[in-house]
Amino acid sequence: MNVSYVNPFITSTIDTFKTMLNIDVKPDAPVMKKEPLPTYDISGIIGLSGDAQGSIAISFPKLMALKVISALLGSELKVVGPELTDGIGEIANIIAGSAKQHLKDFNLSISLPNVVVGKSHMLACQKGVPTLVVPFTCSMGNFSMEVSLKTK
Amino acid sequence: MRILLVDDSATMRRIQKTQLAGLGIKDIVEADNGEMALIELSKNMPVDVILLDWNMPVMDGLVFLKKIRENAAYSGVKVIMCTSESEKAKVIEALKAGANNYIVKPFTPEALKEKLGI
Repeated sequence: MNVSYVNPFITSTIDTFKTMLNIDVKPDAPVMKKEPLPTYDISGIIGLSGDAQGSIAISFPKLMALKVISALLGSELKVVGPELTDGIGEIANIIAGSAKQHLKDFNLSISLPNVVVGKSHMLACQKGVPTLVVPFTCSMGNFSMEVSLKTK
Repeated sequence: MRILLVDDSATMRRIQKTQLAGLGIKDIVEADNGEMALIELSKNMPVDVILLDWNMPVMDGLVFLKKIRENAAYSGVKVIMCTSESEKAKVIEALKAGANNYIVKPFTPEALKEKLGI
């Protein structure tokens, strides 16, 4: 996978957090994923289809996810439940939607979000589909994004 | 001003309600997909503005938009697409289907205010 394909998703993540939460998030260097490893506790996943296929997953530790969605809603969430998963799914949706305008050559469509909840869960990608992992840091904590994209 | 919020994300609807409350708009009806929005629209007329998401289950925003634009009863209702679909081709498609305006997520309260024309 051309590593530059991940740049629109990085930019979109930075813009989304800045616009919606007024938080600066900082990406670290992308790393090619070699095997599934335990990540965080809650992931929002969007499927990508079109002239390229794959997915984007945004993964957070539970406490950070609660902080992020609490800040978005303007009221404190203390437990993992439908409000939290809906919020995480919407963040993934916004990031994916915003990114795809910069990947016009692939005529991408995005799926409705899925959200996975599980302490230190692993995300396993389709064999043969390159996946880049981008760690992020910010004042609310650390999180990560995985971009899997198979181009024709 | 009465606004119909159509978005499958309850989070997004809450954010929009908070933004609208900040603009002094509190007469709000909600729907989480296009099919429910058709019902809520017919029950709650007059509605001044619909803030409409695109990608939703059951009935998406574009299908809903085309249906209401076929109905003369709703000709005066302004529709603003509020969506993560950001490409120019999508904007054109929505405007051709009858949307009056378009705002891409994520958006600020100021951007929403500008699109509402208040």
